[in-house]
Amino acid sequence: MGFLFEIAWTHVSSRIRQTFIGVLGVATGVGFTIMMSGLMQGGQRDFIHMLIDTMPHVTVTDERTSTAGQPAEQAYGAVQVDNRAGVERRNGIKNPNQVISSLRTWVPGAIAPSLKISAMINVSQQRFGVNLTGIDPQQEVHVSKLAGQMREGSLNDLYRASNASVIGETLATKLGARVGSNVTLSTGEGIAVSGPVVGIFRFGIRDIDDGQIYVLTRTAQVLGARPTVINEMRVRLDDALAARDVASQIEAQVGYRSISWQEANADLLSAFKIRDFIMMLVMAAMLLVSTFAIYSIISTITNEKRHDIAIMKSLGIRERLVQSIFIIESIMIGTVGVLAGSALGYFLCLSISQITFTNPFTGNKQPVPIYFTPTHYVIVAVISLLCCAVAALLPSWKATRVHPVDIIRGAS
Amino acid sequence: MTSVAVQAAGLVKRVEGAVSATLVNGIDLQVKEGEFVAITGPSGSGKSSLLYLMGLLDAPTEGELYICGQATSRLSDSQKAQLRLSTIGFVFQFHFLLPEFPALNNVLLPMRALGRLSQAEMRAKATALLQSLGLDAAINKLPNQLSGGQRQRVAIARALANNPQIIIADEPTGNLDSVSTDQVFSILRDVARQNRTVIVVTHDLGLAARADRTIRIVDGKIAEACETEEAKG
Repeated sequence: MGFLFEIAWTHVSSRIRQTFIGVLGVATGVGFTIMMSGLMQGGQRDFIHMLIDTMPHVTVTDERTSTAGQPAEQAYGAVQVDNRAGVERRNGIKNPNQVISSLRTWVPGAIAPSLKISAMINVSQQRFGVNLTGIDPQQEVHVSKLAGQMREGSLNDLYRASNASVIGETLATKLGARVGSNVTLSTGEGIAVSGPVVGIFRFGIRDIDDGQIYVLTRTAQVLGARPTVINEMRVRLDDALAARDVASQIEAQVGYRSISWQEANADLLSAFKIRDFIMMLVMAAMLLVSTFAIYSIISTITNEKRHDIAIMKSLGIRERLVQSIFIIESIMIGTVGVLAGSALGYFLCLSISQITFTNPFTGNKQPVPIYFTPTHYVIVAVISLLCCAVAALLPSWKATRVHPVDIIRGAS
Repeated sequence: MTSVAVQAAGLVKRVEGAVSATLVNGIDLQVKEGEFVAITGPSGSGKSSLLYLMGLLDAPTEGELYICGQATSRLSDSQKAQLRLSTIGFVFQFHFLLPEFPALNNVLLPMRALGRLSQAEMRAKATALLQSLGLDAAINKLPNQLSGGQRQRVAIARALANNPQIIIADEPTGNLDSVSTDQVFSILRDVARQNRTVIVVTHDLGLAARADRTIRIVDGKIAEACETEEAKG
């Protein structure tokens, strides 16, 4: 086989200009494909991380997974009631402390209870509807990034004053409230409490920054007229990607509806699948275009080398071996192209990751998210080399079909 | 007893197309081991076509060809290629050396394709072959740095590289001056003396007379076959 490599190397090294164009074609395709992969996956991962950071990995609600039987069904075995309206009253999670203790024995992560209700917030004459969540600040730090998103004050400040609250930055702006401002919280149960704002947070997600406030659990229980009740348990896992499995296990164990972050964002994630597919098509097109350069070069070489092919065949070198010379040439050009393209791709990714954009809504400067992974380089390299080999198949096959006698007679 | 190296039995080569023609028309021929045969005839008589059939470069339309006793009509292309590589050496009118490789590498090519020897053995053998043909100084030269006679001698060295039993040469001196022509023919004569079969197509009757036997082809048929004075002498 050594002589095949030697012939192939001689062919490509004696045609520097053509070889350079081939290498350039492959390198451009590989480089930009790597950049696109890094960019697309970087953006996706950045978005998912933001999602994961702002919401619990698993949320256990007080909704039962199966409705309780009707009294008639319980009394008489022969009775079956169909088409019941699903209007069962949700009374919170029963024995929450026991449930949490039981889950903590096996769930790989942290669990915190909370009470979520709807409420109104008033300052002066302004009134807005909000989602109010009663939390335990000491446990909250283990299940959410809220503590890290505080722009003013801290979560522990909720303990400082009765009926204290932590509100989002956008809501604070709308209300004209600052840390220390007194706000009134009221609910549909006709209960209202007043207390100071002790902290302001910002997640960068409008729905949360504009419509979410946090108070101590007992304050929420008072406002909801539901003493000792909690209606939600939030779980933060060591491995966010295990959320789907953990949610179904929790649901099976406790009988309450458990929603993983993937389920909660199913539409969004399926949109990513479509985006991935489009991205694959674009990258395939880029690699395909680069292989045309290879096809063109191998076609030229095989045309120029018809005499050599005829001679090799007349000497007794088999067609397949002669064909493999040109496939080796293509892979040689492809290999150099892939190496150069990988360097180009890395350089492009590195350059793009230095660029920062200003968020027009928040004014924050953020870098373009790029995901660096060797997997991109390996996949693109393998696909590109395969394309090079395939691109050489047809011209080399056609060339080796040449009949030596035709060439020998033609020469004479 | 001398065995038969090449045997043609009723060989026919017909080409179909706009103008159909019979290039070789029922040739029966035996060439023995160590025999030097010259094939002559006018242009278009079918002598080169017969040579290509005997060299397995072309397939007959009818008839059978035996190489060292082996029938070849049922061999696959790959098997024919292998038989050609190990048993037959070619010398053409145009040297047909690979232009980007020095003389030594051109001679090494068939040996490396056959792969029976180690690298060192191949190099030693190729060098010895080139030296034996007076090409010591040409070993590392590219074909375009050699004279016509030198190129043809390199082509002969390449043909001899795998110790083939049969050497087939198509007008090997067609492009050479008289001195080179004489050299090349002498080399082929010496090869035949080493008990190898040499079949040469030539227009030069003077050179043909230096073979053991001359076969004259006319219209694809053997018109005349006779032993030369060289064989008798």
